[in-house]
Amino acid sequence: MQYLIAAQNLNKTYGSLNAVKDLNLQVSSGEIYGLIGPDGAGKTTTMRLLCGGLRPDPPRKGVHAGNANIIIAGYDLHSQPEKARAQIGYLAQRFALYEDLTVLENIRFFAEQRGLPAAEWRPRCMEILEFVGLAQFKARRAGQLSGGMKQKLGLATALVHRPQVLLLDEPTTGVDPVTRQDFWRLIIRLAGESQMSGQSQDVRQTAVLVSTPYMDEAARCTRVGFMAQGQLILEGAPGELRKRLQGRILELAGQPLMALRKIAHAEPGVQDVQMFGDRLHLRVKDGQAEQVLAHLQESLPGRGVQGFRLRLIQPQLEDVFMDLLETQR
Amino acid sequence: MNGWPIPGAPAEPEAVIHAEGLSRRFGDFLAVDQVSFQVQPGEVVGYLGPNGSGKTTTIRMLLGLLRPSAGTAQVLGYDVTRQSEQVRARAGYMSQKFALYYDLTVGENLAFYAGVYGIRDRARRDEVLAMMGLTGQARTRVSDLSTGWRQRLALGIAIVHRPKLLFLDEPTSGVDPLARRAFWDLIYDLVEQGVTALVTTHYMDEAEYCGRVGIMRDGKLLAMDSPSALKGHALPGLAWDVFVGGGEIAGEQAVTSAELLKALNVLEACPCVIRAGLVSDHLRAITPPEVNAQELLERLAEAGILGAQAVEVEPTLEDVFLALAVTR
Repeated sequence: MQYLIAAQNLNKTYGSLNAVKDLNLQVSSGEIYGLIGPDGAGKTTTMRLLCGGLRPDPPRKGVHAGNANIIIAGYDLHSQPEKARAQIGYLAQRFALYEDLTVLENIRFFAEQRGLPAAEWRPRCMEILEFVGLAQFKARRAGQLSGGMKQKLGLATALVHRPQVLLLDEPTTGVDPVTRQDFWRLIIRLAGESQMSGQSQDVRQTAVLVSTPYMDEAARCTRVGFMAQGQLILEGAPGELRKRLQGRILELAGQPLMALRKIAHAEPGVQDVQMFGDRLHLRVKDGQAEQVLAHLQESLPGRGVQGFRLRLIQPQLEDVFMDLLETQR
Repeated sequence: MNGWPIPGAPAEPEAVIHAEGLSRRFGDFLAVDQVSFQVQPGEVVGYLGPNGSGKTTTIRMLLGLLRPSAGTAQVLGYDVTRQSEQVRARAGYMSQKFALYYDLTVGENLAFYAGVYGIRDRARRDEVLAMMGLTGQARTRVSDLSTGWRQRLALGIAIVHRPKLLFLDEPTSGVDPLARRAFWDLIYDLVEQGVTALVTTHYMDEAEYCGRVGIMRDGKLLAMDSPSALKGHALPGLAWDVFVGGGEIAGEQAVTSAELLKALNVLEACPCVIRAGLVSDHLRAITPPEVNAQELLERLAEAGILGAQAVEVEPTLEDVFLALAVTR
C-alpha cells in the first residue's frame, strides 16, 4: 500500500518545550487518520510540520534518532518542496478568507495562487463549490456567510488544486452538529472516492489527516493516533483502541445523578467516574466488573436514588481517551 | 469559598432573566425574532442552535451591549436598554474568544479585569485563582497556558465581581474531553453558591448537564424545556442505531467510512426514514413509530448492504437538536 504521508523523526522544540518529539506517522491512500490528544499535545505543530509551514529540527546527537524526513505523495517535502506542496491541501484552525470578496472570488484567488491556468479556474472552482454545497452562494460576500459556510469555503480553498493529501486542523471546532454532519460527509467522500477528476484516467484517492476534540468524530476514522506531550503514544483502529477497556466500563443512569456520582466514586473497584451526558461511565479495575455490578445492584436501592439502571457497555473512544490522559498525568 | 455573598432568599420570586418578544434586526436580516423566555435563580440553562441562529446576539442584548429592535428584557430586575450598566455590573460574561491579554501574566489579567469592576481586593483575586485551580500560576504568561487553562482564567475573570448571573458563550469550544468535564464541575461549584448560568454549546452531551435547554433556529427560540422532556416530546418517532459491517463490537472487521456513507445515503432516500445521520462509527435513523428493524434492514439489503444491525435506542439531545434545527 502506498503511503501518501510518510514522516519520520519529526522533532520541533520551542525553547525548552518539546512541541513534537520523535514522531513517525504514515497515512495511506483512502485513509482518514484522526489525531487526538489534550490541548498542547502537539497536534497543530505536527500539521504545520507536515504542510511545510514549519521546518523540523535537525538531529541532535544523543537526543534525536535521525534526520527528519517527510514524503508527501512520493515527493520529499525538503528537497522537492514545490512538487510535495502541490499535493497538500491544508486547512488551518484559523484560516483567512477575504470577507469583502464573494465566495467565487475567494476561491478564484486561491486557485490562481496555486497556479491554475485562467482557462481552468472557473469550471474547477464551480465543481468544488458544488461539492461543498456552496454553488448557490457563489455571489455572496464571504463576510456574510454563516460560520458553517465559512468552514466549507475554507475546505473548498484547500481543495482547489485537487491535492492528494488533506491536512485538516480541527475543522469542526466551534461548529454546530448540523454542519459537522455535512462536513464529515465531505471528508468521507474525499477519502473514499477517487478524486473528482472526471476525465483523468488515474484513479487517485486522498489521504486525510484530521485533528478533532470530538471523540465521536475520531471513532469514524480509519485509524486514530493519540498524542500527548509531543509524542504519538498510541495508534490503531478505533475498534482496537476501544478493546483496551473491554469489560471495564459500566454505565449508570438514574436520579439524582450527582448523588450517584458520589456513590460510584466511593465504590471499591471503581477507578474513575465520568459524566457522559445524562449518565455516568464507571471505569472499573481489570476483572472486577462483575463484582462492582453485583455490589451496586444490591446496595443502590435504599440510598435515595431513583430509577437507576446499571449495565456493562462497550467502551467508547472517549473512555479510552480519558484513561490514556490520566495515565499520562 | 466563604467570600461569596449569601445568595438571595431561596424563594426569590423574580426571574433572573425575563425576555419578552426580544428581536434584533441587522439591515434586512432578522437575527433574533420574537424570543421570549424566563430563567429562574439557580438554574443552568443551555442555549443551543446552529452557527448564526442568533444565540450570541441574544446574549449581547441581554447584557445590554446591543439594543433590541423590538421587545424587552429584564436581567436581574434591571431593564437591559435603560439600565444596562446595572446589568453588566451584576452579570458575568465569558465570550467564545476569551478576551485575554496574551503578553500579560495570569495575575495581571485578573487584576486588570478586577480593576474594571472596581475591585482592588487582593484577597478576592487570590480566592478566584484558587477556585479555578490557578493558584501558583499568577506569574505565568497567558501565552504559555494551554487552551484549557486559558478557559479557566477566562471564567475566573467573568466571576471576579461576584456576579449572580453568568453568560457563557461556547466556553468549551476546542477543549479536550477531560478539561471540558472539569470546567462543568467549576460551573456547578458556582451554581451551588447561588449563581445562575446561561450557557451556549455545540456539545450535545454538555447540554444534558443543563436543567433546561433552549433550541434556536433562524433567530427563533423553537423550544425550551428539560432534556428529558425535549427527548420525550420534540422527536417525531423512534430512534435507531444502525451498524453496518462489524456490528456493535467493531474492530475485527471495521466498517469503512465509504460503506457507512453508502448506507447513510440509502437510509436518507428511504421513505420510512425521517432523518438519518452519522453517529460515532455507526448511523442513527429517526423513523415514524410504526417502522420496525426488519424494514430498515430490508432497505439496506436491497441496496446490497448485508449483515447490518438495527437497534432501537433512546433518543439523544443530538437527535432532538437535528430534528428541530434542520429544515427539510
